[in-house]
Amino acid sequence: MSEKMGLAPPKSPPIRLTREIVNAGFKQRVDELSGQHSDACYQCGNCSSGCPLAQEMDILPSRVMRLVQLGQSDDIFNSETIWICASCFQCTVRCPKGIDIQAVMDAVRQIAMDEGIDHFGPDQISPELAAEVPQPGLVGVYRKLAT
Amino acid sequence: MKRIGVFVCHCGINIAETVDVKRVAEEAMKMEGVAYAQDYIYMCSEPGQTLVREKIVEEKLDAVIIAACSPNLHESTFRAAAEEAGLNPWQCEIANIREQCSWVHTDREKATSKAIHIVATIVQKTKLNESLEPIPVSITKKALVIGGGIAGIQAALDIADSGHKVILVEKESSIGGHMAQLSETFPTLDCSQCILTPKMVAAGKHPNIELMTYSQVDEVSGYVGNFKVRIRQKAAFVDWSKCNGCGLCMEKCPAKVSSVFDRELAKHGAIYVPFPQAVPNKPVIDKDSCIYFKSGKCRLCEKVCEIGAIDFEQEDRFIEEEVGAIITATGFDTLPVVDLAEYGAGEVPDVIDGLAFERLLSASGPTVGEVRRPSDGMVPKEIVFVQCAGSRDPERYKPYCSKICCMYTTKHALLYKHRVHDGQPYIFYIDIRTGGKGYEEFYHNAEEEEGIIYLRGKVAKIFRDGDKTVVWGTDTLTGRNIEIAADLVVLATAVVPKDSTAELVKKLRIQTGPNGFLAEAHPKLRPVESINSGFFIAGAAQGPKDIPETVSQASAAACKVISLFSRDHLEQDPAIAWVDEDLCGGCRICISVCPYDAREFDEEKGIVIVNEALCEGCGSCVAACACGATQQRNLSDSQIKSMVTASLGGV
Repeated sequence: MSEKMGLAPPKSPPIRLTREIVNAGFKQRVDELSGQHSDACYQCGNCSSGCPLAQEMDILPSRVMRLVQLGQSDDIFNSETIWICASCFQCTVRCPKGIDIQAVMDAVRQIAMDEGIDHFGPDQISPELAAEVPQPGLVGVYRKLAT
Repeated sequence: MKRIGVFVCHCGINIAETVDVKRVAEEAMKMEGVAYAQDYIYMCSEPGQTLVREKIVEEKLDAVIIAACSPNLHESTFRAAAEEAGLNPWQCEIANIREQCSWVHTDREKATSKAIHIVATIVQKTKLNESLEPIPVSITKKALVIGGGIAGIQAALDIADSGHKVILVEKESSIGGHMAQLSETFPTLDCSQCILTPKMVAAGKHPNIELMTYSQVDEVSGYVGNFKVRIRQKAAFVDWSKCNGCGLCMEKCPAKVSSVFDRELAKHGAIYVPFPQAVPNKPVIDKDSCIYFKSGKCRLCEKVCEIGAIDFEQEDRFIEEEVGAIITATGFDTLPVVDLAEYGAGEVPDVIDGLAFERLLSASGPTVGEVRRPSDGMVPKEIVFVQCAGSRDPERYKPYCSKICCMYTTKHALLYKHRVHDGQPYIFYIDIRTGGKGYEEFYHNAEEEEGIIYLRGKVAKIFRDGDKTVVWGTDTLTGRNIEIAADLVVLATAVVPKDSTAELVKKLRIQTGPNGFLAEAHPKLRPVESINSGFFIAGAAQGPKDIPETVSQASAAACKVISLFSRDHLEQDPAIAWVDEDLCGGCRICISVCPYDAREFDEEKGIVIVNEALCEGCGSCVAACACGATQQRNLSDSQIKSMVTASLGGV
């Protein structure tokens, strides 16, 4: 459909699932780095409903978990959620299946950095802004980048 | 004049909140014939019943009225209490001021007035009530079980074990039903055949069970305790008393017929047994496919049968039996794939239903348990399961949940994964419903540990593209559509009642619900009985259910039958129609309106009599009788007239 003349690229193309995509390694890599089992997520949404920063996110933490399960790394890297996450552990504490969701977020951020995907970093903060940002905020940013 | 006592129940706040129960009692006290009136918070409680019993004695009451809930709930409770205190049970009446008053009104003043009118109405009835005695009815202690699936087998075994005779009628040539088709069973994954066949054999060998396979119930008459049934045993064209089940005839038969048992994934001869573990293990000839019956030549089976068991002249046999109770356990079918246009209407070869997949998984199936797709025998590497195929779709197919599909689809995906390690199963679902012991754990294990991908959304379209079967679905959890080029698609088609159920219920005169499943007498409190006495129901014929539930219901139905058979005779409610022989002109209009065949023309007397055992007291004939010859006991015309007057506020 998208190739048709005069049509803009599709905003929501179907995900073409194959066993290669599902088992290609993104989910496995996230699980390996985080020590978690993302297939255990049954999408109850408790991580999202308890997240103090959910209102600032374009996709919710439970959606990140879902995209990991289906190996849809692009959708995650195209969103800001993993960088908005403050690693506050609310999600981890609430998860009824005992998944350390914060660790999954860390793992996804690490993959994003390994692969050189553009992201927010301290060098992007202007000195003026850095002067205003509270210290815990800066520590949080460094912590995320150091994982 | 009778001395009547009126007892007004608060039913907690169920009645008292809307109806001024004290005023109802006060007003009742003023009514002619009422010698005593009293309200109480819970009349059905032990102290409440004691109050009724004590006042009957103390106040020398001749009759009592309990103003409370529906007679369906507590009429028998209070009649028993009245009887204990020495009253005839038919001198106890219920005035329904709950379902027909407090629950349906909000205006306290008007509701109270209505409650008083209801009580006044029942006072008028009670004044003229006769004392009656229950009608004793004899009982044939032999049961008929219709349907030889796991429900029918279990019910038959339980009744037979209690020492009563059972006739087990099965339409196919072997008992076993759908359970015999299954590979493994959820959530424990024990082999279906392994747990079923011992029961089949037990039913086949039980001295109290008379197995009648390849048979159908043709006609049923009579009433609880005394049914007459006519059973048609279809011609098998094989003399089963001679046949030793050697199987040579089946080997030699040159005809090729698609196996219904194997969901048309395999073929057998025109002479066949549906599966190797069949009980009885005797073949039948499918007349429509047999070369001899079609062309007049062949008779190969006859030539190879050394004991001469083949009998082309055999005809259908009719057997008359008398039984006291009937259990209907006719089971289910699944919605045919051809009905599902958007899923290929049966024209895409690699779209099959759940039962067909069971046969592919089964060690005794057409592929000996290897998962191979029908089109080219390839082992599918991408396999899609589609749930709610025709279920939960009130606009186009069936409105109800088929209940078993969530679990069996998970089982299918799991068993597939155990056989094809590098394959990927996907399950499209709307909701996953795992209410059952060990069910949620089974599903979680499949999702977490077995790599089965669950996709939350209904599949819109399935079509063929080269050797692939493309599935268009969605995943509402990512908000994205999903496209899968699958090698095989398995549809969890809706569970539907057997086609033959509609015809059978007409013969039995029992009821079905809006979707064609057998109706129970009460959804919670009488789940294994039909409204009509003597008829019991079990298994998926009543509604979609899994094996544990089916077996429980079958045992429950058997228990009801055994309880019925534990009595020496049955008691029929005497509040039924009777005929004034001097008035009856023999016009027979009553015969045409009676839904229970209880009215019979007496040639000798020239009048129409009432068969007391069949009459359910519905009153149709009473209303239809032009000359007033037919009357209902304790609902005579004079009672009804005074009740109407009282209900309108007159005296």
